[in-house]
Amino acid sequence: MTTSFDAIVVGGGVMGAAAALQLAEGGMRVALCEARQLAMGASGVNAGTLSMQTKRVPLIPYALRGYELWKRAGDAVGFKETGSLTLAYTQGEAEGLVQRMTARRNAGAPIELISVTAARALEPGLREGLVAASYCAADGYANSSLTGVYYRGRLRAAGVDVRELTPACAMVPDDTGVTVNTPAGPLRAARALLATGAWAKTMSEQIGAPLPIRLRVNTVSVTERMPTLIKTVVAHASGLLTLKQAVNGTVLIGGAWQGRGSPDTWQGDIVPETLIANLRLAQYVLPRLAEARVLRCWTGFEAQTPDSVPLAGPMPGMSNLFVLCCVRSGYTIGPYIGRLMGDLMLGREPEMPLFDPARLVKATEK
Amino acid sequence: MLAPGAIERFYPRPGWTLPGVVGLGAAALMLKAGGVLPGRHVAVVGPGALAVSVAKLIVDAGGEVVAICDPNPLRAWAEALPAMARHPGGLAHGGAWLAGLALKGVPMYRGWDVRAIHGERDVDGVTLGRVDGQWRPLPKGERTIAADAVCIGYGLAPATDLYQLLGAARRYEPAFGGWAPVLDRGQRSDVPGLYGAGDSAGVLGAAAAPGTGRIAALSAALDLGRLDAATYERKTDAARHRLARATSFGFAVTRLIQPHAAAVGWVPDHTIVCRCEDIHADELRAAIAAGAQEINALKAATRCGMGPCGGRVCAEAAAALLECAGFSRERIGQFTARAPLRPLPLSALTGSFDYGDIPFPQTADT
Repeated sequence: MTTSFDAIVVGGGVMGAAAALQLAEGGMRVALCEARQLAMGASGVNAGTLSMQTKRVPLIPYALRGYELWKRAGDAVGFKETGSLTLAYTQGEAEGLVQRMTARRNAGAPIELISVTAARALEPGLREGLVAASYCAADGYANSSLTGVYYRGRLRAAGVDVRELTPACAMVPDDTGVTVNTPAGPLRAARALLATGAWAKTMSEQIGAPLPIRLRVNTVSVTERMPTLIKTVVAHASGLLTLKQAVNGTVLIGGAWQGRGSPDTWQGDIVPETLIANLRLAQYVLPRLAEARVLRCWTGFEAQTPDSVPLAGPMPGMSNLFVLCCVRSGYTIGPYIGRLMGDLMLGREPEMPLFDPARLVKATEK
Repeated sequence: MLAPGAIERFYPRPGWTLPGVVGLGAAALMLKAGGVLPGRHVAVVGPGALAVSVAKLIVDAGGEVVAICDPNPLRAWAEALPAMARHPGGLAHGGAWLAGLALKGVPMYRGWDVRAIHGERDVDGVTLGRVDGQWRPLPKGERTIAADAVCIGYGLAPATDLYQLLGAARRYEPAFGGWAPVLDRGQRSDVPGLYGAGDSAGVLGAAAAPGTGRIAALSAALDLGRLDAATYERKTDAARHRLARATSFGFAVTRLIQPHAAAVGWVPDHTIVCRCEDIHADELRAAIAAGAQEINALKAATRCGMGPCGGRVCAEAAAALLECAGFSRERIGQFTARAPLRPLPLSALTGSFDYGDIPFPQTADT
């Protein structure tokens, strides 16, 4: 027996959950299928950085709005507005910092270049020898572990039929809608959204519309609880370090150093060389980290397009099947771009343009 | 070849975080390595031979054992005896200990378990009560006994974290003590070149460990081309013959120390389950009621298992609470293993380095 909905969302990370919410709030009967539980992939294991200083320039307008949505979620997602600092320790890094932060500022991010004295006044624990620094007051972090709990509550309240531990074995589009086959039976809707992050590559191949997605395996580490070492989100001009200290005292160390692994098996491995480089950079910037014990290091799977801009729109050549993935900095932007995608599927004009996947699929066919 | 042994299974009890409460394995180490008594009037709690052995060590070291409490009824021991008897020395071990203790008048409580451990700053007593065959409390008489220490543990489980990090398949097998790697007859895992032996491959005890170790080594030699097939068969046949007897003894012993979810289901809401993160039973129950089904979703929702122990102490209790909510152990799964498995000083990973040594592979942002 087929169960029918107005829309089916496949993938229960930030993107899928935010889109499902918008669809439900727009009056549709919505089902959300998630192979495991909500936000067990990148949405739930990323470092939680919500900083305009680490976002790509074309995504700044989206990130600003995503940030506001996380801020509104507040304690439920462990949101903290701490401000953020980005640091340069060489002349070359300083030049890159000025150039990139100026571009982000021009795109609307309230980032300011500050003196190294001001930076060290904000964070006395930083290594001396700073050459340049930038600051963004309206930045912070959230606790990505709480993403699943947060969205489960909101989705249920909005009346979304949340089907966890329900993998979509196949998504079959036709002229009038999409059938989603699950181990619990087929689901049917007039429209469906593929929002499975790094898992979208395999699924798009099964659908017959392979998307050009490259896998990134980002490394994150956390220390045991420490006395206060830093108060802001600290990043390095290279973009290869983020540091933040949670309220409980643990220090999260990120920076997208690459591990290895496969979404198909959910097995992500750290790579010693990149992990050590990540930790060295962290210790260089914040010397007292040397005293901390590392508790856990892990990886999260992130998907990336050749042009590093999201896939967000109709699947190429299809009218009722949509895709939303490959959003670098997807945690920050997710709540907002998911909402835009919901609007598109509701037949509304999204308030900001989306990113039509056709641009990339055309390019591959050449 | 992995041979990291077993880990102790702990079930939370009111008062189990008081100074003076010691794991059975830790107590055995204290007594054997240093002759250190855990207390002067000690209650020893746990199923199977380890509790008896610890009680014997305490008595030999001059301490008083105020009670030996085993949740198994006498019947379970009686059922295990014939298989134990098939292994030379197996019956003698347990039998001699029991006899020795009985002579000294140690009270034996079979079919009893701990209801609570008492004390303000240290242990000053323990309340025992009767349990059923599933180690579920019976509404019958309780007894409170004065004690200044409690040695407690609920059996052994294979240490699987290294298998997990290396991506080897595991299955839940209560007869092996819980989650154990999937191995073929030659002790090979599904990861080429990775073998398992000893209690980590399934808790069968010291008698079986040399056999699984020998077979694993022979398989490795065969797979490396250092042993011909005929010699391999001849040598493994001999090892298997000895192993079979040791295994029937091991299974008989392991059956007494299998996991029992019902032994956790009853614990009062205020009981600490995750000692590192101070997570109480009611917080876990609330997260389960709110939708956590996998143990990793429960971890994300509550922080249970995110502390310095890496979840080794609380994993079995957290899984038991999920099992009591009706989920299978396969669905519940295991805490994802996170390197470095044990807390490690960050400086031990970073070593000595110069800033210029850090390899910046690419600039992450543009």
